[in-house]
Amino acid sequence: MALLRPYLDVPGTTIFDAEQSRKGYHLNQFCMSLMKAENRARFKADERKYLDEWPMSEDQKQAVLARDLNRCIALGGNIYFLAKIGATDGKSFQQMAGSMTGMSEEEYRDMMIKGGRSPEGNRVVGEDGDAQAHRQPQGAAGKKGSV
Amino acid sequence: MARITASVYTSHVPAIGAAIDLGKTAEPYWVPLFKGYDFSKQWLQDNKPDVIFLVYNDHATAFSLEMIPTFAIGTAAEFTPADEGYGPRPVPKVIGHPELASHIAQSVIQDDFDLTIVNKMDVDHGLTVPLSLMCGQPDPVKGAWPCPVIPFAVNVVQYPVPSGRRCFMLGQAIRRAVESYDEPLKVQIWGTGGMSHQLQGPRAGLINAAWDNKFLDRLIADPVGLSQVPHIEYVREAGSEGIELVMWLIARGAMADVAGGKPPVLRHRFFHVPASNTAVGHLILENP
Repeated sequence: MALLRPYLDVPGTTIFDAEQSRKGYHLNQFCMSLMKAENRARFKADERKYLDEWPMSEDQKQAVLARDLNRCIALGGNIYFLAKIGATDGKSFQQMAGSMTGMSEEEYRDMMIKGGRSPEGNRVVGEDGDAQAHRQPQGAAGKKGSV
Repeated sequence: MARITASVYTSHVPAIGAAIDLGKTAEPYWVPLFKGYDFSKQWLQDNKPDVIFLVYNDHATAFSLEMIPTFAIGTAAEFTPADEGYGPRPVPKVIGHPELASHIAQSVIQDDFDLTIVNKMDVDHGLTVPLSLMCGQPDPVKGAWPCPVIPFAVNVVQYPVPSGRRCFMLGQAIRRAVESYDEPLKVQIWGTGGMSHQLQGPRAGLINAAWDNKFLDRLIADPVGLSQVPHIEYVREAGSEGIELVMWLIARGAMADVAGGKPPVLRHRFFHVPASNTAVGHLILENP
């Protein structure tokens, strides 16, 4: 019998469940290793070499090297673990969250100051809110693409 | 007999800790937020508990994917503030209450909740930011938090997380446990996390002030009904990380009215958007 997973139709959202956790185990544990200062230094000195010490998939390694957090999440990463990469890079949580929307840092910060992203149109896949797949990337980056 | 005197609810956004630690609380961005806690700091001084039972979640700090306890109670004598990648916060170490914590663990497990007992654990911003908001800035070395704290960590990182209903029932079991402790301690229970926020994907930045305020209304007046809300509503309405709000139901379940006593007295209510990516909510409820 199928497991209850009612959260698969929330747009722009990946719920970190047991399945994602299994896929992302080594990716997330690599991230945990960055909580130690000496590991952060070794990673920064040669990222590829450090990543090769972990039994991660090549896709996962490329996503980390590119700092593509959406891709990391699709491959089993969890944001609280991925945040350790951001901390290593000196990025705030807001910068990390914003990077996944396609918006510039300033655009994302302004959206938050104005009260954040509205849930309207963003509750279920198929509506027309700004988090829906057909409206990516957001901000000026998206407008350029549509001209 | 020990008793629960009050419950406190607050968000635990890491950027709030950073603003305090880096001396940014007077900046225009942060002033309205910290103003919402002026009353609370005075209230805590006037109503100092003997122990704080602090419900929070670990953010991939003490618990990696090696072990994922659903409910973990800290029974150690002390807990060190963790290095979450930016260096440890400059706050005092957290002194535990091993006797009461062990008593609660035994009672709650006998009441059918399978707690994980943790005798060694660093504590992250989920625990220390609420202490900073309510207690100000004691010197990290010479100073101390006002009383011992029992950390109670809930898994809200990997699904499935415990349901609101189960959290609410757990709170009731914690209340029974506290009341069966012989020493006449005044215990506050704090529920932390939330409110609406999403930190991942193209939907990052989601805020739902209307839903959050309805949550506050119901937490005060209709906790039983609120505890029936399924996870999926939290995710759709309050963002993937808004699920942290189930932890507030543990604290609410421990209040006297749930066991047939008088309704709590609302001493303070505050709501503010944004702190970084997050809607901040805060309540103080006293048992009459």
